[in-house]
Order: sequence, then C-alpha cells, then structure tokens
Amino acid sequence: MRAAPSVTAPAPSATALGRRRASLPDPVGPLTEALFAALRDAPPGVSPGRRPAGAGNGGSLGRPEAGARYGANSGPLDPAAVATTDPLADLDLQLALYVAYELHYAGFDGVDEHWEWAPSLLAFRAALERPFEAAVVAIVSDAEPGETASVPESLQAIVAADDGPPLSRHLEIKGTREQMLEHVIHRSAYQLKEADPHSWAIPRLAPASKAALLEVQFDEYGGGRAERMHSVLFAKAMAGLGLDPTYGAYLHLLPAQTLANVNLLSGFGLHRRRRGALVGHLAAFEMTSSIPNRRYGNALRRLGFGKEVTDFYDEHVEADAVHETIAAWDLAGGLAREEPEVAADILFGARALLALEARWAAHLLASWEASESSLRDAPALA
Amino acid sequence: MEEPSTRHDGEVVITPYRDGPYLVRGPFALRDPDGEPIPVTRRTIALCRCGKSRTRPFCDGTHKLIDFRAPGVLEVWPPEVPG
Repeated sequence: MRAAPSVTAPAPSATALGRRRASLPDPVGPLTEALFAALRDAPPGVSPGRRPAGAGNGGSLGRPEAGARYGANSGPLDPAAVATTDPLADLDLQLALYVAYELHYAGFDGVDEHWEWAPSLLAFRAALERPFEAAVVAIVSDAEPGETASVPESLQAIVAADDGPPLSRHLEIKGTREQMLEHVIHRSAYQLKEADPHSWAIPRLAPASKAALLEVQFDEYGGGRAERMHSVLFAKAMAGLGLDPTYGAYLHLLPAQTLANVNLLSGFGLHRRRRGALVGHLAAFEMTSSIPNRRYGNALRRLGFGKEVTDFYDEHVEADAVHETIAAWDLAGGLAREEPEVAADILFGARALLALEARWAAHLLASWEASESSLRDAPALA
Repeated sequence: MEEPSTRHDGEVVITPYRDGPYLVRGPFALRDPDGEPIPVTRRTIALCRCGKSRTRPFCDGTHKLIDFRAPGVLEVWPPEVPG
C-alpha cells in the first residue's frame, strides 16, 4: 500500500480555528506555474515597492524563498495558453481555478488583495472556467419540458433517482480511521467555508426566495452564535481528529475531483447568471445531507471518537432535515415562481452537484479498493 | 403576495410540507407530556410526520427513504368522486 501523506498535526490553538489565511501551494503544471508566479508579483498597476495594507505580509505561513523563486520571472497571464483535455480530472486546471476563486473568499498570504479584480486575472480565470463549464454541461442532462412546472417535485425526483456510489454507507459500515480522516480532509475544501458560496445569491434574489435562503443561512451561521457556525463545528471536528483546522492547510493534498466540487459551487456563486444553478445546488446539497451525515457520525462513533468530533455530523442530521424542506419548496420553488426563466437552471445546478459528487465518491472508493490514498500523491510532503 | 409559510410575526405557524415534515416557525414552546421542555436549538424546527425518524419528535430526513407521501394541503375526506 502506498503510504498516505502525513496529515495529522498537533492539537491546534483556539486561534487556529478562526485563522483564514492559507499559503499558495506548489504549482502542479503550466497553468498553476503561470498563475502562482503572477500572484507572487504585484498586480498590474500596483507598485511592488508600495505594498498596500492587506497585501499579505507572508508572516509565519509565508514562504519568502518561493516568492524569490517565482516573483522575479513571472510573465503576463495568457488566457490563450489554457489548454486541457479532461477539465474535470485536470489537477492543474482545477487547482488554478480554485486559487483564482479563493481570492474572493479569504485570499492567500503573500498575494496582493488587488489581484481579486485585476482584469488579467479575471480573463485568465474565464479561460479556465469555459472548458470546465462545458465539461459539466456535457455530463448533465437537460431539464425535460415538464420538469420546470413544479421545481420542488422535480428536485425530489432527481434526488430520489440519484444512484451515486455508496460512500457514506461504506464509511458507516467498514470505513477505517485513515479513510475517515481522508474524507474529512477532502470535505475541508468546502466545509471550512460552509454556506459562504450560497450567500452570494442573497443580493440577487427576489423577496420570497431571498427570505427562504436567509432562513437556511441564519441556521448555517450558527443562529448568531459563532461557536455554533457550521464551519466552526467542522473546524472543531478536524481538531478533535488531530487534523489541522487552519483554513487551506490541506489544499496541496486535494485531487482534481475534490477541487472540482468546490469550483462548481464557487462558479455558480460568483456569476449572477447562474443564480438558478446556485439555488438548485443548495437544494440538492441539503436534500442529500441528513442521511449521509448520520452515517458519518455513526462511523466516527464506531471508531471511538467523541462528541467534539461527531457534533458537526449530528447537528447536520436535524438541521438539514429543516433546510432541505425550506430549500426545495420555499427557496427553489419560490425562485421558480419569481423568475420562471431560471427554473431549468435550478435543476441543472442540482444535477451538476450530484454528477460531480458521484465522480468524487467513485474516486475515493476506487482508491480505497486499491488500498491507496484518495489524496494526492505528494512525495515532497511525505 | 401572501406567503403563509413565512408569515410568523408574533404567531406560531405550522406548515405541512408535501411528502415531508411539519415546519414550525414563530414563538413556539416544545414540551413533553410532563411539561418538561424538549431542547430546541434552532429558530425553525421540522417535526417528524412520517413516524420513522430516529430523532423524534424532530425530522431526520428518513421520510425520503421510506417514500413517505402526504399532501401539503388539507386532505379531503371522503375523497371527492369525479362526476
């Protein structure tokens, strides 16, 4: 069996639970080479000698040697240089896109915050998005004409017909400690910013669907209590498992399938034209959450972990039984009434989530079946 | 437009959702038959309607596994016979 990269860390401090700044990982191909080199330089129009507040100072997480290695030699970002044959499995493309999107969330140590809206960055990102979006469209079937008549019922039917790989059942019944840790590391790519991408829909929705979204999000964000925020519960679970809950700590271990799941969601969230897909994604996410999360909680109990670890999963059993109902009927149904023209895109978002999640789950199960790690082979970090 | 399921200022609104749970919104109290409070940790709760939840009285999503069917509106009894 190939050794999994070493992933456990000493128990983190309380401040690590809230730390939101990651370092850029190492590049994995020409796209990430070009992008990360550019990001270590000053963005166009910003003097490198006069770094504004928020530019990131490197700090203890920064790697000045990497800055020296790439920073002096970066050329302009060239959208025409983006080439890919299988975008969904292309680690270089997915990592580049993930990092480009991450500039809108927490940013990176040592990356000037002006990069977020730099036109050259956005043009490069668009060149990454186009083949990815086309590849998703290619594996997601179009909505049938009758399906948009009742979006909540169609969502129920889509979720009921989903025959994705039985990942949660595997982990509940016979998952090993190592497999459960890997699963948590994969999920950290989203779960440490849980709910944030869907919040981008808020200013774009009309009153009925907006009120429904906020009803779900208020709960996701802990009902006003930071310590009950779902992303914080996940960080606590990671710490309880001996994993590093620092935001982005495992980015360098995530395969393309994991990054694609989050990139799909970030893309829906950052493009207003995909607000229907964003809402459909949330509805399907909530509708496929409570039962698997009960199984993950059971798996962790079977492996001997306590409440500090299972709390995140147990919370989601009850919370998502509420959320899925609101998301399907009031949010997705409400949006379809308010903006019938996006009804088909609501169903697309739901199907796209299930399609990419199925590919991701298949990768995990196939890796474990072959007695291999489902994380990236990262010899430099082993 | 009237949105009964989200109108709950000062009153408790219970909504049966089609094929799903009852959602309860507003200033409600949840107590067992002895009058003891059942802990509630969120503003909106879902009460089990299919009877098969493992966290009763709360819903845990099991209704989807058992293909539970129920309307979201008042059921009419006896059923109206066409014609």
